[in-house]
Amino acid sequence: MPTKLPATDAVVVGLGWAGAIIANELVDEGLDVIGFERGPWRDTAKDFNIASVPDELRYNARQELMLRTAQNTCTMRNDVSQTALPMRSWGSFHPGNGTGGAGNHWAGITFRFQPEDFRLHSHLTERYGRQAVEAANLTLQDWGTDWEEMEPYYASFERVAGISGKAGNLNGTLQEGGNPFEGVRSIEYPTPPLKQPYGPTLFAEAAREMGYHPFPVPSALVSEAYTNPLGVTMGPCTFCGFCTNYGCANYSKASAITTVLPALIRKSNFTAKTNCEVLRVTLDPSGTRATGIVYIDASGREWEQPAELVIVAAFTLENARLMLLSGVGEPYDPVTQRGTTGRNYAYQTANSVQLFFDDKNFNPFIGAGAVGMGIDEFNNDNFDHTGLGFFGGGSIRVTPIGAAPIANRPVPPGTPTWGKQWKRATVDNYLSTMSIGCEASSYSQRGNYLSLDPNYSDRLGRPLLRMTFDFPENDLRMAQYCTDRVAEIAQRMNPRQMVEKPMKGHWNSGPYQSSHVVGGFIMGSDPSVSSVNKYLQVWDVPNLFVVGASAFPQNPGYNPTGTVGALAYKAADAIRRLYLKHPGEMIA
Amino acid sequence: VTIDGTPQWRPFDHNAADAVDPAEDWQFFTAEEAATVEAITERLIPADELSISGREAGCAIFIDRQLAGFFGTSERLYMQGPFAHGTPEQGDQSALTPRERYRVGIAALDDYCATRHQTRFAELAGDAQDEILSGLERGEIPLEGIEAQEFFSLIHQNTMEGFFADPVYGGNRDMVSWRMLGFPGARYDYRDYVEKHNQKLDFEPLSIAGRSGWRTQG
Amino acid sequence: QGATEYDQVEKGRYLATLGDCAACHTAPGGKPFAGGVAINTPFGKLVAPNITPDVDTGIGKWTFDDFQRVMSEGRGPGGYHLYGAMPYTAYTKVSEEDNRAIWTYLQTLDPVDHLVVANQLPFPFNQRFTLWGWNLINFDKGEFKPNPEKSAEWNRGAYLVEGLGHCGTCHTPKNLIGGDKSSQFLEGSVIDDWYAPNITADPHKGIGAWSEQDLVDYLSTGKNRFDIASGPMAEEVEHSSQYWNEDDLRAVAIYLKDGRNADAQAPTPLAAEDPRMVAGAEIYADRCAGCHTPNGAGVEGLFPRLADTALVNGDSAASLMRVVLAGSRAGATDAAPTAPSMPAFAWNLSDEEISNVLTFVRNTWGNAAAPVSPSDVAEMRETLESH
Repeated sequence: MPTKLPATDAVVVGLGWAGAIIANELVDEGLDVIGFERGPWRDTAKDFNIASVPDELRYNARQELMLRTAQNTCTMRNDVSQTALPMRSWGSFHPGNGTGGAGNHWAGITFRFQPEDFRLHSHLTERYGRQAVEAANLTLQDWGTDWEEMEPYYASFERVAGISGKAGNLNGTLQEGGNPFEGVRSIEYPTPPLKQPYGPTLFAEAAREMGYHPFPVPSALVSEAYTNPLGVTMGPCTFCGFCTNYGCANYSKASAITTVLPALIRKSNFTAKTNCEVLRVTLDPSGTRATGIVYIDASGREWEQPAELVIVAAFTLENARLMLLSGVGEPYDPVTQRGTTGRNYAYQTANSVQLFFDDKNFNPFIGAGAVGMGIDEFNNDNFDHTGLGFFGGGSIRVTPIGAAPIANRPVPPGTPTWGKQWKRATVDNYLSTMSIGCEASSYSQRGNYLSLDPNYSDRLGRPLLRMTFDFPENDLRMAQYCTDRVAEIAQRMNPRQMVEKPMKGHWNSGPYQSSHVVGGFIMGSDPSVSSVNKYLQVWDVPNLFVVGASAFPQNPGYNPTGTVGALAYKAADAIRRLYLKHPGEMIA
Repeated sequence: VTIDGTPQWRPFDHNAADAVDPAEDWQFFTAEEAATVEAITERLIPADELSISGREAGCAIFIDRQLAGFFGTSERLYMQGPFAHGTPEQGDQSALTPRERYRVGIAALDDYCATRHQTRFAELAGDAQDEILSGLERGEIPLEGIEAQEFFSLIHQNTMEGFFADPVYGGNRDMVSWRMLGFPGARYDYRDYVEKHNQKLDFEPLSIAGRSGWRTQG
Repeated sequence: QGATEYDQVEKGRYLATLGDCAACHTAPGGKPFAGGVAINTPFGKLVAPNITPDVDTGIGKWTFDDFQRVMSEGRGPGGYHLYGAMPYTAYTKVSEEDNRAIWTYLQTLDPVDHLVVANQLPFPFNQRFTLWGWNLINFDKGEFKPNPEKSAEWNRGAYLVEGLGHCGTCHTPKNLIGGDKSSQFLEGSVIDDWYAPNITADPHKGIGAWSEQDLVDYLSTGKNRFDIASGPMAEEVEHSSQYWNEDDLRAVAIYLKDGRNADAQAPTPLAAEDPRMVAGAEIYADRCAGCHTPNGAGVEGLFPRLADTALVNGDSAASLMRVVLAGSRAGATDAAPTAPSMPAFAWNLSDEEISNVLTFVRNTWGNAAAPVSPSDVAEMRETLESH
């Protein structure tokens, strides 16, 4: 029996990017907000001390910053014919924990989606006809919003995070050196592009020669000291190369703890409760009003925190799980395609081409989660898909992330895994190998969804989340096509040897691919096929907002977080401008 | 924990991993087990003109200390049953912790050697050892109580970890692997180097524990 | 006791902020003015008592005259001597009229029932009558007298710095028994293992190179081109000077800029070839440059500048050793909420290494100051650890 506490205006579940942003906006609106975070409070100087954080074994191999699967994991299977089994360590993706969430150890590549992405189903139908779209056998949907609505919030997120980059389309004018495919943007990036290492520079030269338009990958690692609109200051990235899966010692990597929380935690109407896991959202008997949340504290006591407004921003997986556990929305049934909670789960299709050289030294240890050059000629619908047999595409880029040697020892295929030969090959290729990646779209299909697992439960006896996912045929075709395009560029760079790695076969939960798990509680304009409206407000539960990549109906060939941040600002602004005028009602 | 306002700085606060003292005795392995593991690490990473061997670099000490800690017990991992054999895509579903895998695996390996070669693995000649290791890697040698490949891949993984991890964990003695590769170690500022393209930089590698250049010379 | 009328309360609140009474009399997270944390003095610990109007445990039974006597004479009701940790040696300059307003403001506090035993000193220092001798040596009683030669701003600045601001409590060197060395007013002092730098107009060790605006920026936001306030000064800014009004800050700046030692010469730095400098340079590059930048310029508002700053060139390296050993969180203000921290290195760097890197920092980029020895660091390490 949880003990009931005095009510507050709003609770926010999760203090990662989305939660911190919304909490801060609501606090500025004057609401009393309590933010719940299942993990610890993270402090740069303590947790990411410059002398302790560059530690590959601890952070990368042993997953120090990630959620402990002992606390919470998910089960997975490739299709409904299988029995899902738990992911006992993290592999394919790396969920975060503690204030800052996955933002502490993310890479920081911060794209905006393209205008077409928000009306993907309509767009493809208009361009290729209904038949072609149906033939792809996907469950693509429009987002219920559009570029005009999204753009200001992208700008807000970029400003709070100090994103470094080069505009490609500023107020409708194409900019030399930027990405010509991006939607019209209202602001230049807050900080200039980072300096480029050797690999991206070579890649950009080759791409440029081939008529493509390479641009610096937009990055949440600031390129110079930056003070954001909340007054919080970040320092320049030093290319330390211990970035993805690590916290940054320099206050250089934008995350909730380096951009929002320092200002937020000082505000008198905000309180953070860390080491407190939210177990469920409580609803009134009618099921149409959230009355608050129940959480468990570190001493194992359960408490009920009533609130007028509940914001769930617990990352895609826990967003979906909390909704399933709380009985919000009807669980999706892949057979009848009825129900919305868990629907349209999608991922990201990771491809790459490895290049081995003899005569080059890339100093691969110089790097950062998000520094590099990319092209967008083969992303999303930037090329004509007529007759290709698939839709979608990928972001092609070279982003050296550092090369700590437990995980980064490229050798040509066929090299022994141990012994003298292995050692020789390892040394020979360490400095002179590079790779071109292609982070490609992941389109939802009927059989990919999230649900509660019938067999496995967490330490409190609550069912784990079950992920049923495999790559659609559409995406595998796309992967092959795009990887071929990458190989053409690689070829032009004239390596000694080249290894193509298109995504193939079934989704494997073991190797890291990306943490871009999306969907499962998606946005849209039709309550029968979406869970939240375009303000991230839950259909039929007007005082509950569920925010995160869980709202994406499918995933384009871009990293998600720019859009997660924009959606957080969008939801917060809707609450501030519209919802609070008519609390308890769906925003018209 | 309820937090209101910027948390106060607590003097000395840090969150560093404990460094390993290589001089201490084995903490998990028995002497026999240690000998077997040392022998394996000697073969997986042999000494040559490029570097000393994995054993010499301390890989067995590294593994011993890892097993003595949270890695050995899987305490951070979801270890609730049922434990089923899954598809390859479903990853490691073994009910055994790394400690158990080593204890069972080493015993089984030495049993195998006793049966086949009338001696313990460590006593075998290098080539024979290599052969057995290859057999394990290919899954061709049956081990009692554990899949050969499961055992091999774990000790292979841990040996590589030990050889390439920061020396504070007991392996990679004197940053030997980093020197070999040209990896500068735990350095944190390459702003002045990122645009030095295609140049050899020749950094003295740096461990979490520092380096000799920090001490006053002369 | 006087009525708590609006005009007096407002005035008193501002003055109490100027005087930063809360720094000592409010414990972190505690009720305002209900008693502070232990203050370390050369002789042991003292706790600033509860000064809310609680009858039993605060000053609820006091009269204004009792309070005036504390501020002006450092003596409590009945005449007992207060310890100099209560900066009455500065507050004695405060006018009776201002004290009356502070008193009135204190009356509006919620009375808090919290018994504080101020005196936690060991024998014989717990004998208050020994303070009589202390006062003979260290205490010049008396309200501030304006200097007619100087402008009104200068005099206001002097009144604030010498009086309520009690800057000298931290910034003036102390004699063996903890009293101010008045002849060295504001020349820098170590307090609680922090070095409160020289803030005379000395261009090398002091704030001679700062403009008035730099001083105003520092006091109002805790940071400026040169520096970020840490430790006690971060608290001073956070609780007090960020709330001072523009005129008062400017007055302080004018007064400080017109201070002594403007013509002081910088000493010669250690040679770069000195083995300590060589090793220090290596450590700096490996562990410090990531934040403080290779040329010591730092990042404004985030990582303090180390090149050519008073704190680094100070007579005492206490703060430098302290922050490298134990780390430190910069103060947060509304204007600058970041509160970045200097990480702690005690666990990672040896005494010798710390002495080398600090010797390097103190003698590079235009800095010049005495080298730091490993034994200094060892001593500081022990002191900090024993707290």
